[in-house]
Amino acid sequence: MAATTPPLQSAGDNEPFRVDGALTISRAATTEREIQAAPDPLTIDLSGVERMDTVGAWLIYRTVRDRDARVVGATPQAQSLLDQVAEFDHPARVRPEERPGVVRLFSELGEWVSESGRTLVGLLGFFGGTLIGFGNLIRRPRRFRWNAVVQRFDVVGIRALGIIGLMSFLIGVVIGQQGAVQLAQFGAESFTINLIGRITVRELGPLMTAIMVAGRSGSAFAAQLGTMKITEEIDAMRTIGVSPVEALVIPRVIASVIMMPLLAFWAMLMSLLGGGIFVWLFLEIPPLTYIQRLQEVIPITDLWIGLIKAPVFGLIIALAGCFQGMLVEGNSEEVGLRTTTAVVQAIFLVIVLDAVFAVFFSSIGWK
Amino acid sequence: MTDDEIVIRIRGLSNRFGEQVVHEGLDLDVRRGEILGVVGGSGTGKSVMMRSVIGLQTPAEGEVEVLGENMVGRNEDEAKNIRRRWGILFQNGALFSTLTVAENIEVPIHEYFPFLSPSLVDEIASYKLAMGGLSPDAGPKFPSELSGGMVKRAGLARALALDPELLFLDEPTAGLDPIAAAAFDELILSLQQRLELTVFLITHDLDTLYAICDRVAVLADRKVIAVGTIPELLALDHPWIQEYFNGPRGRAAANSSEEPARV
Repeated sequence: MAATTPPLQSAGDNEPFRVDGALTISRAATTEREIQAAPDPLTIDLSGVERMDTVGAWLIYRTVRDRDARVVGATPQAQSLLDQVAEFDHPARVRPEERPGVVRLFSELGEWVSESGRTLVGLLGFFGGTLIGFGNLIRRPRRFRWNAVVQRFDVVGIRALGIIGLMSFLIGVVIGQQGAVQLAQFGAESFTINLIGRITVRELGPLMTAIMVAGRSGSAFAAQLGTMKITEEIDAMRTIGVSPVEALVIPRVIASVIMMPLLAFWAMLMSLLGGGIFVWLFLEIPPLTYIQRLQEVIPITDLWIGLIKAPVFGLIIALAGCFQGMLVEGNSEEVGLRTTTAVVQAIFLVIVLDAVFAVFFSSIGWK
Repeated sequence: MTDDEIVIRIRGLSNRFGEQVVHEGLDLDVRRGEILGVVGGSGTGKSVMMRSVIGLQTPAEGEVEVLGENMVGRNEDEAKNIRRRWGILFQNGALFSTLTVAENIEVPIHEYFPFLSPSLVDEIASYKLAMGGLSPDAGPKFPSELSGGMVKRAGLARALALDPELLFLDEPTAGLDPIAAAAFDELILSLQQRLELTVFLITHDLDTLYAICDRVAVLADRKVIAVGTIPELLALDHPWIQEYFNGPRGRAAANSSEEPARV
C-alpha cells in the first residue's frame, strides 16, 4: 500500500480543510482533534483521500451533521461510505442507565436486605426439599444412587486427607509452641498437653476441617451445579424425569455428612500428633507419657462434642454449596459470585452454629 | 489470476488429535471479494479448518497464508497485525458475558486503538450495532438478555468493529428460525457488497448456500474434494455431493431459490 502523507492540513479561514492520504481508524484520534480545532463555517475537501473506512466516514458525517460542514471532492466510493454510515446513524446507549448516588445507595441497601431475607428463606426451603427427596428415597430405596455417593466419598473425603492432615499437624505444633511459651510464665508447661488435647478434640478439629471442606468441596458443589444450570443439564435432567435433588444434591449431602466426622477425627489425631512431637522435642515429655496424660485430661464427652458437631457442619456446607449452585442464572460471572457466596455462607453458618453448640454443651454439663 | 486476489491460501494442511486424523493434505484458496461456503458432514473438521486458518489450532503439517502472511508458527505480536484485518463470528456468538453488547463491540477497538476518545468509540459502537441489524436499545443489554438471533447479530457487529477485509462465520444461521435465518443471509450479503468483504462461511444451511455463496467448498475424506459454484458441483459424480444437493432438503432449497423473489 502507498505510504501516507500527513492527512490534514490546516488552511486559512474560509479555505477548505484538505484530508490527504488515509482517513481511517488508525488516524481517527488525530483527525478528530484537528476537525474539532477547525473554525466554522467548515468545508472539508476529500479529494486527496486515498483510503477511507467507516470510522473515517463517520468522523466526516458527524461533522456534517453537527456543524453543517460542506463536503467537496468525495470520490464515489467515499460518498457511498458516507451514505452508509448516515443510514446506520441510530445512537445507542453503551451501558445500562445508572441512578444517582444517593438513590443507588438506598436501593442497593434495600436489595441487599431483601436478598438476604430471600436467601435465608430459600435455604430453609431447599433444606425442606432435600428432606422430601430423602423421604422419597426411603420409600423407594432402589432409586438411591450408590455410585454417585461413593464417588463423592472419594472426592470429598479421601482426596482431602492429605491437606487436612498437614494443616491439622501444623496447628497442633503451633498450639503446643504458643501454649508452652505462655504457660511457662506460670511454671505450668506440663499443662500444654491439656491445652493441645482439649482444644483440638473439642473445637479446632471439627471447625478447621469444616472450613477446609467448605473451601474445597462446598465451592466445588456450587461451581459444578452452577455450570450445569447454565448449560441446561439440570433442565434436561428434569425433563427426562430425573430429580436433580435426588441425583445431585442428596449424594453430595450424604457424602459431606458422613465424611465430615471421619475427616474431623483424622484432623484431631493429626493435631495431637503434631502437638506430641512438639512437646517431645522441646519440653522433653516422652510420647508414652504424652499419651497417658491425654487419656487423663480429655474427657470422652469432648470427643462426642467434636463428632456430633462435624456432621452438622457437613450438612450446612453441602446445603449452602448446592443451594447457591442451583440459584445460578445467566452468565459465567454468576457462577463465580455464587461460589464465593456458598463458601462465605457455609463458613459463617458453621461458626454461628459452633457458638450455639458451645453454649448448649456447657449448659448440659459437658465441660 | 494473480496472487493478490487470493486472500486465504491453504496448502497441504494436516490436523491430528491423537490417533484421529482430521485433515490430510488439504488445499484451499479463497479469492478476494467472494463468499465461500464450506460444507461437509458433521465431524469432517470444518470448524477445525477455520481454527487452523485463524491461528487457534496449530496444524500438524501444512501452510496457511492469510492476506499474504504466513500464519503457522507466528508469534503473538506478529499475528496481531493480521488479526485486526479480520472479524470472526463464532458459532454461539462468544460474546463476553460480563460486558454489554455495545461494550463487546468496543473491545477490539479499545485493544487496537486505545487513544480514541471515549465518545467517538461509543458512537462507532452505535453505528456498528445498527450495521449488525440491531436496534439501539440492544446496546446496553447483556448477552444473557438476548435472543439467539440477536446474539448472532451482536457477534457479527463485534466482528465488524475494525472494518475487516475478511469475515469468518461459523454456522451463522444455525439455531435461527427460517425467517431470521433468511434475514441474516441478506444482512451478510448486503454487508459483503457494501464493505467489499471476503467471507469464509461454514454452514449446514442449504438455503444459505443457494442464497449468498459465490462458491462452495466440500469437505470430505479429510480434504477439500471439490470447490466450485453449485451447478459445477452438481455436475460431479461424488456420492456425498449428490446426496447432499439432491437429497430432499437440497432439492427443496434449490426449488425455492429458483422461484421469483419473495415479496
